[in-house]
Amino acid sequence: MIELRGLSRHFQVGDQVVRALQDINLAIPDGDYLALMGPSGSGKSTLLHILGCLDRPTTGRYVLDGREVGSLPEDELAEVRSRKIGFVFQFFHLIPRLTAAENVELPMVLAGIPPAERRERVAKALRAVGLTDRAAHRPDQLSGGQRQRVAIARATVMGPSILLADEPTGNLDRASGHEIIELIERMNREGLTLVVVTHDPEIGGRARRILKLVDGRISSDGKAA
Amino acid sequence: MNALDLLRFAWGALKGHRLRTALTLLGMAIGVGAVILLTALGEGARGYVTNEFMALGSNLLIVLPGKTETTGNAPILGGTTRPLTLEDCEAITRRVPRVRRLAPLSVGSARVGYRERRRQVTVLGSTPELLPVRHLQIGIGRFLPDVELDRGAPVAVIGRTVQSELFGSENPLGQPIRIGDWRFRVVGVMAAKGQSLGLNMDDVVIVPVSSALRLFNQPSLFRILIEVGAHSEIDAARREVMTVLKERHDGEEDVTVLTQDSVLGAFNRILGALTLALAGIAAISLSVAGIGIMNVMLVSVSERTPEVGLLKALGAPPRQILRVFLVEAVLLSAAGGLLGLLTGYVGSVILSQTFPALPAHPPTWAVISALAVSLAAGALFGVLPARRAARLDPVLALAGR
Repeated sequence: MIELRGLSRHFQVGDQVVRALQDINLAIPDGDYLALMGPSGSGKSTLLHILGCLDRPTTGRYVLDGREVGSLPEDELAEVRSRKIGFVFQFFHLIPRLTAAENVELPMVLAGIPPAERRERVAKALRAVGLTDRAAHRPDQLSGGQRQRVAIARATVMGPSILLADEPTGNLDRASGHEIIELIERMNREGLTLVVVTHDPEIGGRARRILKLVDGRISSDGKAA
Repeated sequence: MNALDLLRFAWGALKGHRLRTALTLLGMAIGVGAVILLTALGEGARGYVTNEFMALGSNLLIVLPGKTETTGNAPILGGTTRPLTLEDCEAITRRVPRVRRLAPLSVGSARVGYRERRRQVTVLGSTPELLPVRHLQIGIGRFLPDVELDRGAPVAVIGRTVQSELFGSENPLGQPIRIGDWRFRVVGVMAAKGQSLGLNMDDVVIVPVSSALRLFNQPSLFRILIEVGAHSEIDAARREVMTVLKERHDGEEDVTVLTQDSVLGAFNRILGALTLALAGIAAISLSVAGIGIMNVMLVSVSERTPEVGLLKALGAPPRQILRVFLVEAVLLSAAGGLLGLLTGYVGSVILSQTFPALPAHPPTWAVISALAVSLAAGALFGVLPARRAARLDPVLALAGR
C-alpha cells in the first residue's frame, strides 16, 4: 500500500526553484496497475523516482506499507529499495560484462543472499521470463526484448511488492514491446503492484488506472474511457 | 555482499578494461620492483663490503698515528703527533701477550725499474707477518725474510701486475730491480689477489719495513696491523695497546686504535643509509603508481556512473558502493605489487648471477614495506574515487550524469 500526502518535490536550478511535483495526494493499493502519463517535464519520472525511494520529497509524506519512508536516511532507503521495489528502465541498464544470469543475480549478491539460494532463484526468475536458454549470454548477445526480459527478471528476483517501469517499451519495437507489457501484466495479476510511466496512450490505456500529471500536479485520476 | 562476491565483482570490472588495468598494474609493479631491486643492490653492496672485511679476519686491530675523535671514519690527522715507530711495535709485541701477530706497515709510491722498463708502483714496507695478517698468498719464490725489525734487507716481493709489466715472460726470481735509487733483488711473486680494501694488491712491491722507511725517508709507520688470538680479546687488546703507546708517547693519546668492528660498523652505517636512500627514491615511483591508480579509478567511476546508479537502484547502500570501488583499487595495487615482487626478485637473482661478488638479496623489511605501501597506496588513492561513486545521486547517476 502506497500513500502520498501533500507531497512536493522542488529542485534548485541556479537561482530558480523548479516545482517538479506539487501537492500530490495519492493512494495505490496493493496489486494495483497504474499508468503514469503526461507530457515531458510533467513530473512523472520524478514521481516514479520518489515512489522507488531513489529520490525524496521536499515536503509531504510518503507512507509505504504503513511506514514513513520519505524522510529515511540513505542506508534505510537502500534497504527499502532492495526488499520492496523492482525497477525496469527504458534503456535496460544491464551490466554489459555480466551474463544474463549474473545480471539477474546482482540484487541478491548485493543483499548478501547465499550462493546456493541465489542459483535457484535466478533459474526460477529466468524461467518466468522465458530466458532459461539464454542464461549464459551477455547483454550484447541478446535482442532488445530479451534484454528487457532479463531486466524484469532482475527486478523481480528479490520478490518485491512494487514493480516500477519507466518507459519499459520505449526502446523496443511494437512486437517485443507488446510481449514485455504482457509479461509485467501477468506478474501484476499474480499480485505485484505495477506502476508504468509511459506516454504511449495504447500502453497507458491497458492499465486499470491512469494518473495524468500536468506541470507537477495530478490533472486526472481514473480509468480512461 | 560477501567478500568473495565483492572480489569477483571488482575483478570482473577490471577485466573489462584489460589494457587500462595492465598499464596501471605495470606502474605499480615498476614501483614495487624498483624498491626491491634497489634495496637488494644496496644490501648487496653492504654484504660485499662486510665479506671483504670478514676475509681479513674479525680479530684485527689497526693502529694509526694521530688522534681522531671519530670511531671509524677516515681519520683526519690533526695537531702535533709523535711518529709511530718500529720501537713501538717491539714494545707492543713484548708487553701485550694477547697480540698473536703484528705487522708494521709503511706505504709510499716509487718508480720501480728493471733494465729499461719502469713503472710507478705503490711500495709497501712490512714484515713476514703481513702475509698471515692480511691473508695474502705467495705465488712463486718466498716472502720477506725474517730479520730484525730495524734491519733492512735489499729484497723485494712483487705483485702479479708488476711482474708481467717489468719482466714479461722472464723469470723474475733473483733479478735485480731499482726502487727509487735503491737496488733490490726479487725473491718472490705474490699470488693474484686483485682489489683489497681500495688497494690493488697485484700492483705493489713489498720490501722489509726498515728499508721502506729509509727509502721514503719517513719517520713514522703508516699503520700497525695487529692480530689478536680471539675475537673476544679484541677490546682488552685494544686498551692494552693504547696503554703501551700512551706510556711511550709521554702520556699522550696521540694514536688511534681501530677495531675491525668499528670500521665495519662505519661502513655498515654508510651503506645502510645508501640503501635507505635508494629505497626512498624507489618509493617515489610507488607513490606515482598510487596516483596512477587514483586516476584510473576516477576514470572508471565517471565511466560507470550509470552502473553506480543501477547498483543504488538495486538496493546497494553508499558504503557498499564505496567498498566495491575500494576493493577494485586495492586489487589493482595488490596485483601490481605481487607482479613487482616477482620482477624485483627475478631482477635481483639476475643481478647476483651477473655479479657473484655482490650478494644482492632484497631485505625482508623492504619487501614487506613495499607490498604494504602498495596496498596502502591502493586503499588511500582509491578512497577519493570510491567516495565520489558512493555519493552519486542515484537518479542523476542512472541518467549517466
